[in-house]
Amino acid sequence: MKGVNFVNIRDAGDPVELGAAYAEQAADELVFLDISATNEKRKTLAHLVKEIAAHVNIPFTVGGGISSIADVEALLEAGADKVSINSAAVKNPILIDQLAKAFGSQFVVLAIDARKIGNQWTVHTHGGSQPTEKKLFSWAKEGQDRGAGEILFTSMDHDGTKAGFALDPLSKLNELLTIPVIASGGAGRKEDFLEAFVVGKADAALAATLFHFGEIKIPDLKNYLKNNGVPARI
Amino acid sequence: MKVAVIKYNAGNIRSVAFALERLAIVYSITDNPEEIRSADKVIFPGVGEASSTMKYLVDTRLDDVIRSLTQPVLGICLGMQLMCKHSDENNTPCLGIFEEKVTLFQPTHNEKVPHMGWNSLGLTKGWLPEDINEQFVYFVHSYFVPVNQYTSAITNYIQPFSSAMRKNNFFAVQFHPEKSAKVGEKILTSFLSLG
Repeated sequence: MKGVNFVNIRDAGDPVELGAAYAEQAADELVFLDISATNEKRKTLAHLVKEIAAHVNIPFTVGGGISSIADVEALLEAGADKVSINSAAVKNPILIDQLAKAFGSQFVVLAIDARKIGNQWTVHTHGGSQPTEKKLFSWAKEGQDRGAGEILFTSMDHDGTKAGFALDPLSKLNELLTIPVIASGGAGRKEDFLEAFVVGKADAALAATLFHFGEIKIPDLKNYLKNNGVPARI
Repeated sequence: MKVAVIKYNAGNIRSVAFALERLAIVYSITDNPEEIRSADKVIFPGVGEASSTMKYLVDTRLDDVIRSLTQPVLGICLGMQLMCKHSDENNTPCLGIFEEKVTLFQPTHNEKVPHMGWNSLGLTKGWLPEDINEQFVYFVHSYFVPVNQYTSAITNYIQPFSSAMRKNNFFAVQFHPEKSAKVGEKILTSFLSLG
């Protein structure tokens, strides 16, 4: 189903309370991405994940600082439905194969942060701070081939601009891949979500700040999408 | 009321436990045959692969325990598939409570496999609450049970399949009620309040 709305609860307030509130407002999935986890070389706090999982009745993805099967086992036990991996997969791509084999592809989200340098969408790691040799399209395809179940693509060029999602690379990813693509970075208006689904052909769209500060209310957004022909769970 | 959640080598038992806690239901997660037999309701959850989970159930003799239960039993996702006669996933003989065969989705250009995400329930009947017809629930699966005489809800993905079933005291859902927001909670409550 298109018109799926992910909410990232990392940014503001109490993640447990926010998570439950978003579930109540019919967000389709929750994501808790602790971007600082890699930089500060600490592990995502399993007890916080457990608290959030106990209070939300929708699918819940956790990412940040995940680099081994043991990290993932702790998160699964804490109640995560999926994990999102990023820097560790770039450094050690076989981690994707290992996680897909141990937990199933549906459990593994490959998060890719990229920015356009010259003509190339270049993959960055460590919360976007380090450029790598990898390019967005070939890395996304490799991730799929290794067993990732979804791609969470954040355009660093669009993130925070509120000027709309990166439609061009999104539609290319959709053509290239057979797994779902979640669009992230750039949402500012309801129209941006509609374009992400219709023009960018994204399977889902993610936002954080917009929802936290109430600039867009999830029920309003979903009604708007539904009225514009995008199937949405109200 | 005593609710037993069957403990075996499958994932997502924690999610089911959390869902029961949110409904203020007291439960135990157990593989003790006496505790399972004496419960008022039994939940048989599961995310995983058919052959390795069936092997575990046979080795621990939980297969006979589950087959012989007489109180309401709810199979979820892999639990529902294991209640069938056979799964094409690694050619696995299953519990045989439902005489159906579990088969693999064939992906189309637009419809990917696994079937993952929210989809709606149709033609609901029987034990399911009346007001959930056409409502969305959350699915994650690559194998499905075709529509059959025990089907109590149908979902369309690539083709119509059984999203819920019932035979006597055995109830089953292909989706995850524990992750399906309020609709999922209604379905769990409806199962837990069966006489």
